[in-house]
Amino acid sequence: MVRGPVSGVLRTYGRGMRRTPFSPSFWRSPLRGPWFTSVLGIVLLGGITVLFVTGLLSYAAYNPDLSPVNDKTPDKGILGFYLFSWPTDPHWLYRLTQGVHVTLGITLIPVLLAKLWSVVPKLFTLPPARSLAHALERISLLLLVGGGLFEFVTGVLNVQLDYVFPGSFYPLHFYGAWVFFAAFVAHAVLKTPMALRNVRGMRGPRQLPEGERELVAPDPDPPTVSRRGALGLVGGGSLLLFGTTVGQDFDGLRWSAVLAPHGGAEPAGGPGGFQINKTAAYAGISAAERSEEAWRLIVAGRSGTVRLSRADLLRLPLHSSALPIACVEGWSTSDQWWRGVRLRDLAALVGYDGDPPDVFVESLQRHGAFRRAALRANQVADPRSLLALFVNGEDLTPDHGHPARVIVPAAPGVLNTKWVARMTFGDL
Amino acid sequence: MRRPRFALPVGSPLQILLLACSFALAGYAGVQLLAGDWFGVALWFVGAALLHDLVLLPLYAAADRALVKAAGRHRDRVMYVRVPTALSLLLLLVWFPLISGQVTARYASATGLSADRFAARWLLVTAVLFGGSAVLFLLRLLRLRRATKQRPPAVH
Repeated sequence: MVRGPVSGVLRTYGRGMRRTPFSPSFWRSPLRGPWFTSVLGIVLLGGITVLFVTGLLSYAAYNPDLSPVNDKTPDKGILGFYLFSWPTDPHWLYRLTQGVHVTLGITLIPVLLAKLWSVVPKLFTLPPARSLAHALERISLLLLVGGGLFEFVTGVLNVQLDYVFPGSFYPLHFYGAWVFFAAFVAHAVLKTPMALRNVRGMRGPRQLPEGERELVAPDPDPPTVSRRGALGLVGGGSLLLFGTTVGQDFDGLRWSAVLAPHGGAEPAGGPGGFQINKTAAYAGISAAERSEEAWRLIVAGRSGTVRLSRADLLRLPLHSSALPIACVEGWSTSDQWWRGVRLRDLAALVGYDGDPPDVFVESLQRHGAFRRAALRANQVADPRSLLALFVNGEDLTPDHGHPARVIVPAAPGVLNTKWVARMTFGDL
Repeated sequence: MRRPRFALPVGSPLQILLLACSFALAGYAGVQLLAGDWFGVALWFVGAALLHDLVLLPLYAAADRALVKAAGRHRDRVMYVRVPTALSLLLLLVWFPLISGQVTARYASATGLSADRFAARWLLVTAVLFGGSAVLFLLRLLRLRRATKQRPPAVH
């Protein structure tokens, strides 16, 4: 770009005009423009769509329509229209969908920030509205930006156990997602065709419509980086976050997730040395109530109630299955080798021989949102679903649910109830 | 300019219809979103947008402008500071609760993992980023010097 004394004169002349952000010449970055915004927008269009779909899948994975104890959003109304029985196959299904949800969300943060930076001059556009339609669009943008930031912030805080948001995470993140998505769809419908044209480079700046030209600084500073270089920085930020997060989904790569909450190290060595969601101490489980003398499993069903000690359970047929722990917080373990009594065999003990029903599981835990959980008949019937007594060849450790815990293929971590005290089989 | 001041044109009816549908869905979910602590949620929702647009963005834009100004005529060197700083601050922004230690007690008690490591690791990653940038800068200086020596001074 040719810059000489003339532009210096113009700058001095324009200085008064650019004092407020409402003047176009206030914005001086030579990077802003429709191409830059469109590339980021198209990345977010794909990325946020995947985030929304995997989020809805995670919501369905809790089987909220099965029992009130699984349902943190009882007033969802039509927003639960798509719910279905969460399958048990493939056994890594939730590990995949929720790993993608959280890892992709964290990876997209630099793209979101860059996108918001690229369009910030539009916040100060005058006149505030050119037409009724434009006024409505700007109100919708508050829902889009506020909703998007709300979803990313609540998600990022929740995976770090920083529960400072105003309410319970599940309803806030779920209803917030629908508010955001409503604005997102409208924005995508209005902007995608233009963004695609911009990226294909079919129009020079002079042919741009009025609404897009305002992104280009009328009196830009000389560049310190090209647009491609700036995109490289955004992509580098995404790559850095991805590379230091994705390892928390694989036992072999965990060391690489240096800043992710469940990255770095395993909590201990040995067979029980894999990631823990909530320790026995955190859940308030004492050694006394887990002891051989004190602990009894109560199994209730069609034919009555039985009380089983751990020794009684050991006399039942024991089976093995290799299943992961996958948490809503986006981390997971590789497959662990569980051994215990099949849930469907426990159902058969109380009168459901060959027709396993739903089950209502209660933990020794006295508090916590998931001290009680319901599993659906298809989860009970799966031969890999166990009341586990052993993991990786040893007794369960206290932190992994000793004396007995539920483990079900493809179910979210918190539905794999630890320190099980009571199981009530029957249609819920 | 002759237009009466308050006569706002309608604009595209299709766009109005689309936005009305969007507001209907957002309103349906929004009623439930605000069912609990409505003030707190509204504050977070609007506050997130305002805090980002009016505080965070101006802050980092001003810091970047100060950096460019400090570089003076060496504008080509700006990226060697900008990139590691931006990446380091990005990590700090995303993992602030863990790095700052404000969730240490809950985190350690819930997961059985030590929470002290995050601040040290962030500093280490930051050191690697700046170190890497410094190495690249030195390599470039060396390359430039060699190129200058090989060419006759008249070229410049």
